Amino acid sequence: MEYFLQQLINGLTLGAVYALIAIGYTMVYGIIGMINFAHGEIYMIGAFIAVITFSILGIVGITWVPLALLIVLIVSMIITGLYGWTVERIAYRPLRGSFRLAPLISAIGMSIFLQNYVQIAQGAKIKPLQPMIRGGIELMKGETFSVTISYLQMIIMAMTLALMIGFSYLISATPLGRAQRACEQDRMMASLLGVNADRTISLTFVLGAVLAAVAGVMVSLYYGVVDFYIGFLAGLKAFTAAVLGGIGSLPGAMLGGLLIGLIEAFWSAYFSIEYKDVAVFTILVVVLIFRPTGLLGRPEVEKV
Amino acid sequence: MTAAERLKDAIMAAGVAALLALPLIGFETVDTGGPLGIKTRFDYIAYAAIAVFLGRLGMRIALDWRRNYRESLADKLDPVDAVKHKSVLSDLGRKADKWLMPALIGFAIIMPFLPFANRTVIDLGTVVLIYVMLGWGLNIVVGLAGLLDLGYVAFYAVGAYTFALLSMHFGFGFWETLPLAGLLAATFGVVLGFPVLRLRGDYLAIVTLGFGEIIRVILLNWQPVTGGPAGISGIPRPSFFGFPFAADPPEGTTSFHQLFGLEFASLHRIIFLYYLILALALITNIFTMRIRKLPVGRAWEALREDEIACTALGINPTNTKLTAFAIGAMFGGFAGSFFAARQGFISPESFSFIESAVILAIVVLGGMGSQAGIVLAAAFLTLLPEVAREFSLFRMLAFGAAMVLIMVWRPQGLLAHREPTMRLHPAGTKPGGGTP
Repeated sequence: MEYFLQQLINGLTLGAVYALIAIGYTMVYGIIGMINFAHGEIYMIGAFIAVITFSILGIVGITWVPLALLIVLIVSMIITGLYGWTVERIAYRPLRGSFRLAPLISAIGMSIFLQNYVQIAQGAKIKPLQPMIRGGIELMKGETFSVTISYLQMIIMAMTLALMIGFSYLISATPLGRAQRACEQDRMMASLLGVNADRTISLTFVLGAVLAAVAGVMVSLYYGVVDFYIGFLAGLKAFTAAVLGGIGSLPGAMLGGLLIGLIEAFWSAYFSIEYKDVAVFTILVVVLIFRPTGLLGRPEVEKV
Repeated sequence: MTAAERLKDAIMAAGVAALLALPLIGFETVDTGGPLGIKTRFDYIAYAAIAVFLGRLGMRIALDWRRNYRESLADKLDPVDAVKHKSVLSDLGRKADKWLMPALIGFAIIMPFLPFANRTVIDLGTVVLIYVMLGWGLNIVVGLAGLLDLGYVAFYAVGAYTFALLSMHFGFGFWETLPLAGLLAATFGVVLGFPVLRLRGDYLAIVTLGFGEIIRVILLNWQPVTGGPAGISGIPRPSFFGFPFAADPPEGTTSFHQLFGLEFASLHRIIFLYYLILALALITNIFTMRIRKLPVGRAWEALREDEIACTALGINPTNTKLTAFAIGAMFGGFAGSFFAARQGFISPESFSFIESAVILAIVVLGGMGSQAGIVLAAAFLTLLPEVAREFSLFRMLAFGAAMVLIMVWRPQGLLAHREPTMRLHPAGTKPGGGTP
């Protein structure tokens, strides 16, 4: 029981991170119908910027954790957001309106480019980060095993929750959100009615990148190591999460992220850690067979 | 655009570049044992900003120049001629399959005997041909049937491991294993395809991508069979229809050079492997060209264009897609067997996602459905990293950038033409009253 609870906490933490990345995929897919393959790399860049900024702050002497965390979050969000914008501007915007596979190939190329760019700029070695937020609360004490939730896990979950609420508000009640939903439904019609579609799409990429940056900061703190290759698998899992929840649906991405995190944590705990990725994808296939549009996706009716 | 606007635009771009470069290029993390140390490299940011400034300015000027040129051309020519002038490459694409393919095949056949052909060149040719074959195999799935497969490398891996295991443990020869490997890969294709081919395109993409990862994870972790990360080494080399390539063949067998009364040279094997993959690739090509004319091939292309119409006409979409998927997988399996036989060593590292991405890039860059375009794209994408070997650090960077740039420049692929294989009124016949 204690073990189960502990895995639940670990799984939810992991799931929160996946959910943050998955939102970037699902929003981009919703609005322009393409898989933004470079999104995992954007997350990786967010994590790298976090590590670099933490190190600089450490050298400068800002060691008060809340302040350092705030600065790192802001820096990472701004610059990663800018990366998201640039990627869209260079690799996707010129391809708008061409056939379906073109932006995908361009995205794969961008992903390879960014991965190697970071590898060249920062070296291929794993970058360690000193643990900054230690300690936690003991929730339950069993005979052999006690359940703890670390402060960091609490921060990750709280931050994800806050971002999700803020984000849902942004999409449902602000002019930007309205423009975004309008573009999602019919880009041509929206632009005829005065919505700047290009700008809205750019902002979607920026928002996705900002959320990925938060995920990157959290992961660099949580695992304490970052390397240039983390983007691929995290991106793949987050995309799986988005598909599992129903791509294009925001609550779906959140649900999918949490589910993937839980599946991974429980599979590693009870079965085998080597095959956790196999479990994730197998469950994805099973879900898609029975619900082809994902858990919360709207069934699409194709018309002639 | 006026000069001032161009300048402003370029300065903006340089500013963005500087900001992007600031954390990742401007600061370098250094291992000091404890917390990471930081070295600054601000001069690099300046270089990056200047390069982007000049590049952006140049690009703007070039684009404006091209637009002016086109406009002036459009003024001079009547509309029909203007269309003809629009692109040399798409014109080339239209003619490509007629004369380019025989030319390429002819070159491929005589290549090993040309004066510049040494060991390295033939080896490179073999690698290019492996990718050509993979590209042609994937083209059946992506180009003809329009199914987005991001895990093609899984079938390649199945073929390679089938060959390795059968020949190591059961002493099967290359020619006995080849059909088995193809069959097994096709079976995998059916097993994977059956549940997922009912899904829409992008779901299929993620499931195939996941499948590629599953295969790789299994290869990495199923130690007793696959050897784990260390892979399988010492795979027997293929022989020339039973005559081995050896300086001193074992008692009772004739080796290749004795058979033909030649001086022994290790080059023989390399040339043989080259022709082997050439033959396999050509079989793939001929198969594709022929099957396009069969009902099932026509159904693939029709399905790609309009699934609803096909369903209405009584084509079973799932089964039709499944055949494309299985046949594509089969050729992947063939290529995998050849790969294992040639390398003599395989490990999961050779079957990572990047391989799938490269093969897909070959198909799309070549212009989907164009056989000759795939050859050119395969040659380009395999030779580019080789040419850039001196800058080995930057070659994958250049590779990614090239993929993006080619797509932005020609989203339809290098030699794109997507003409129907069949016309209601073939060229030269009058519409409405052709048959007597």
